[in-house]
Parts: sequence; C-alpha cells; structure tokens
Amino acid sequence: MIDFIEIIFTAGFWAATIRIACPLILATLGEVLCERAGVLNLGIEGIMSIGAMVGWMTVFLGADLYTGILAALIIGGIFGLLHAVFTVYLGASQHVTGIGITMLASSLGFFCFKLILPASTTPPKIKPFQPFDIPFLSDLPFFGPAFFQHTPFTYIAILAVVFAFWLMNSTPLGLSIKMAGENPMALEAQGIDVFLVRTIAVVLGSAFMAVGGAYLTLSAFDAFYFGMINGRGWIAIALVIFASWKPERALIGALLFAGLDAYQVRAQQLAGAVIPYQFFLMLPFLLSIFAMVIAAKRTKYPKALLIPFRRGERH
Amino acid sequence: MLKFRLEERAKSPYWLIIVSPFIAIIVAIILAGILIILAGANPFNSYYHLIIGAFGSKNSVAETLARATPIILTGLAASIAFRAKFWNIGAEGQLYFGALATTFFGTGLVVLPSTLMIPFLFIMGALAGGLLLLPLVLLKLYYKVDEVVTTLLLNFVVVLLVSYLLEGPWKDPMSLGWPQGKSVIDEGVLPQVLSKTRLHLGFIISIFLAFSIWFVLKKTVIGYRIKSVGLNSAAASHAGIPIFKTVLVVAILSGGMAGMAGVTETAGLKGYLTLDLSPGFGYAGIAVAMLANLNPIGVIFSGIFLASIYVGADSMSRAMNVPTYLADVIVALTVLCVLLSLIFVHYKILFFGTKKDD
Repeated sequence: MIDFIEIIFTAGFWAATIRIACPLILATLGEVLCERAGVLNLGIEGIMSIGAMVGWMTVFLGADLYTGILAALIIGGIFGLLHAVFTVYLGASQHVTGIGITMLASSLGFFCFKLILPASTTPPKIKPFQPFDIPFLSDLPFFGPAFFQHTPFTYIAILAVVFAFWLMNSTPLGLSIKMAGENPMALEAQGIDVFLVRTIAVVLGSAFMAVGGAYLTLSAFDAFYFGMINGRGWIAIALVIFASWKPERALIGALLFAGLDAYQVRAQQLAGAVIPYQFFLMLPFLLSIFAMVIAAKRTKYPKALLIPFRRGERH
Repeated sequence: MLKFRLEERAKSPYWLIIVSPFIAIIVAIILAGILIILAGANPFNSYYHLIIGAFGSKNSVAETLARATPIILTGLAASIAFRAKFWNIGAEGQLYFGALATTFFGTGLVVLPSTLMIPFLFIMGALAGGLLLLPLVLLKLYYKVDEVVTTLLLNFVVVLLVSYLLEGPWKDPMSLGWPQGKSVIDEGVLPQVLSKTRLHLGFIISIFLAFSIWFVLKKTVIGYRIKSVGLNSAAASHAGIPIFKTVLVVAILSGGMAGMAGVTETAGLKGYLTLDLSPGFGYAGIAVAMLANLNPIGVIFSGIFLASIYVGADSMSRAMNVPTYLADVIVALTVLCVLLSLIFVHYKILFFGTKKDD
C-alpha cells in the first residue's frame, strides 16, 4: 500500500506527467481556439496524426528538429484551412467534415509514409529533442529532475498556453474569436468579417493540434507508428469541455489527466500481476467520459458552436 | 477577397440529387489519381487493376459483397442516427459488442437448430450493440453529455475489452497461442450463398435489413418522428413528438445495426472472434451513409462501392506497388466531396454583385 502512495513522491512521476500532458495541452488549446470561434473540429485526431508524421519525416529527411515543428505547424494549418472552407464558408456539417478530415489526414499521412519508406518493417528512428537543463533550477533536489530537465519542445508547449491565454484575453483578435463563437451577428455588425475570424481561429487551432502530434514523434518518442495518436485527439475534445473552453484550465485539465495516466502506468507495474493491463489502458478513455459527465452540469457551450454563419440571414 | 453568400434553393432539382453523389465519386477518384501519379504509377492502369480486383472474377465479386456486408450494416447504423442528428460515431465499438455477444451465446452456451440459432444470434448481437449505446444516450438526454465524444471514446474501451477477453478468459485453447475466440457452433454459422466463396447469408440479411429500415423510416410513425427530430427538434417537440422516446429508439436501432455487423463477421466470415475483426468498418459506415444521402436503399449501393475500393485496392497495390492506404484516402475524399456536392444541391452560390443584396 505504501508503494502506491510513494509513487507521487518520485520525480520520475512528475516528469512523466508533464511529458504525457504536452501533446494533450497543445491539442486541447487548438480545439479551444476552434470551438471558441464556433467551429467544432473533429479533424483533431487525423491532424495530430499527420502532424506527427510530417514533423518526423522532415527531420528524418535531414532537416533539424525546429524545422520539423514548423513543418507540422504548416500541415496542420493547411488542413485547418480545408476544414474552415467547408464549415465556415460553405456551412457544411461540422461533425461530418471533421470526421472526413480525420479520415483524410490520417490516411494521407500513412500513404505518404509508406510511399517514402515502403519496406521498413521496424520503424526507423531519428535523434529527438534531448533534455535541456535549465541553469540552477535543474540542480534543485526533486524539483530539478521533475520540472526543469525537460526537452525544449516541452517548454514550447508550456509557452503555447501563455500565448493562447494572452491571445484570447488581451488581443482584439481573441475578443473577435470569442464573439464569433457567442454572437456572430454582433461581430458582423461591427464590420468585422466573421468568416475570416473563424477561419483564422480554425487554421491556428489546427496548427496547434499538428504540433501536439509532432511532440510525440520529435520529443516523447523517436519514431512514427501507425495509430500512435491512439485517441489522444478525442480525449482532447473531452478535455476542452472539462476546461470550460479556457486555455488556463486546459493546462490544468491536461496535467490532471496526464498525472492520472502516469500514475496508472506506475501502479500497473505494482499490480500488473493481479489486474490485466487492458484495464489500465482503458482508464484514460473512461476517465474522459467521466470528466465530461462531471463537467456537464456547469457546461456552457459557446452559443454559436455548430451553427454556420450565413451572411444576410437573420436568426 | 471573394465575396459570396449561399442562398437556399426552394426546391432542389431532382436530377441534381441523383447525379451529385456520382460526381462526388468521380472527383474523389480523380484527386486520388494524382496521388497514384505521385507514387510513380499509371492511374489508368491502377484503376483497371482495382476494378478487376473487385469485380474481375466470381471469387472477387463474392469477396467484394462479403466485405460490403458489415459496411452496409454500419452504414445503416449511421444513416438512422444521423437522420435524427444523433451523432453515433461508435459503430466500431458496437460492432465488437455484437461480436462479443455472438461469441458468448454462439459457442456452445445455447444450442438451437440452425433456423432458430441464426436469428437468435442476430437478435443478441443487435441487443448488445444497442445496450452499449444506451448509457451514452441516457447521458445525452439527461445530462447533455455530447454523444460524439463519448461514442468515440467508448470504441477504444471496447477494443481493449475484446483484447482482454481474447488473451484471457475467452481465449480458444485450440488456437495455438493466437488471441482468438472459440469457434461458433455449426448451427450458428451463416451458410455460404455462393459455393466455394466466402459470401455468406449475412449479405442477404443486410439487404433485407436495409429494406426494413427503409420501410420503417418512410412508412411508419416512428420514421416520421425521427425525421422531424432531425430537421428541427424544437419544432418537433412543440408538435407533440416525444423527443426522448424517439432518440432512444434511434439509438437502439442504430446500435443494433452495428451490433449485427459484428454477428455477420463472427458467425459468417471468420467463424470466431479476433482482435482484427473490423479494420474500421464502423468508420467506413459514416462514409457509406453520407454517400447514400442517409437513404437505407442507397446504403446498399454505396456499401458495395466502398467494399469494392477496399478489395480492389489490395490487388492494385500488389500489381502497381501503390500503398493500400490509397483506399482509405479515396474513401475520405469521397466523404468530403459528397459534403461539397450536398452544398451545391441545397444552395445556390451567389457572388456579391450578381444579385442585389438586401
């Protein structure tokens, strides 16, 4: 019993929590941006997948790691633009478009991967981001290895939260995005192009998602596997609801979630003989459903979420 | 920036509704052709191999129709649900639940003569699929918990449950270490309908079910209610249509169809449950339903179309060295092209200046 409590007092547990949280943080921020503007983006799972592939492939073909992140960012933005053309400009069903984007992005990623590396049975590896010790802080006992010996990509992910928070709360664009999701008519009345605001939000948000996917191949692991996203995108959508569409709460939600995930991996090693591993693997998904049920009572969806805006139409 | 707006057509021309899915397919195939060129192959040759692979012989036709069977059923599952704007994306999990029910009841627990055993397994599979969806529907109706996310997440849970059962308590001791379930007893196995092929009774049953669902949707009160709830649930509620009951029926029917897809695969194609029973049939169902414009009879044809892409892509891949993932790309492109075509069917695109605004 003591062993189960001791887990949370190890630096390794906290370091793992942050590592697991990073892709979820980026993806959740991306979805927050889209949904605050009134656009559900179910393309998230596929966009993360192709971001992971493109980021990895860019580095594998000789570019440096930061170019890999940039490549993921761009491919995410492109798929975001596709989603925006369908859902914002043409007003197509956000649900079906998103599922279609997920199918297209992931299958296209797999297709290109097989095209470039046809015969690889064992996935080739790259040299991923290495831990970067923050001077002085990394020397602290416990806190050093837990929080200040991460890869640069990890610090980028944390900075992304600060960026998203600043964007949403302190910039005219952030205000416009929020209005586009709450009351697009009022935004249009101010002479601001609702289509454009929504498109910017979806493109930016999708870029975040793809970078979240790239974290897996460039920092957490060193190779690209088929199906490596494994539902992280869907979990991020649940986290958005849990986080009430707020960037700072997305950070807390992702950390909480990742903490439980890191805990179960360690508890699994202690209890693995008694409880089959599949039940531990189910936990993140069951937890996400549970989190949505808890959040349901206070859930206040952006009012214009899922409603296509049409010029010259009054609701 | 190009300014335009969409104006809803008062009535969409009938020919446009019929023609639009075909145009969508053609556009998808042309776009995928660009990828084939990128892969260094000749697209015409590749598509020739794809068609031959899907329809070139009695055996390949049988294989295509056998593959279409579960896709038609998951397509029906999506059609029913999407009509009521209930976004059940969990057909994959419901399919596996149906397969679990088939394994539970069909491997010796219940022994009935074939004429009773097969319907019994289908009913159990449908119940299992419906039951899996039930708690999520109730969460949606009582707590407004978004069903898209919960149905998606539950897919992963169910696959892990199947993995546990097949590696643990339900593992067939005769399987030489492979994680697979016990074989369905002879009385429960769906008989071949075309000798020396893998085409089984499940295909006929899926067509029968498509017609039954068509009848329910078009000719019964329930079908009318489902349509009203999907078009405008607030108005439907004012008109005295019981929303709660209708959504519940939709979910049970939808989950049931997907559950039966698990039955056809377990008792028909394979004879036992495996972890790779469905290579994404649940998600393919969404594409099938969209392509058929949510029409149950259309689902039969779009299901066969999608199956032919999957089956044909295998032989195209062998002959032309194009990755089989092209099939998934074609399916995804089809979904998006169909969405696009639906916009053109229902709306006129007016560019600013072409008509005086307000």
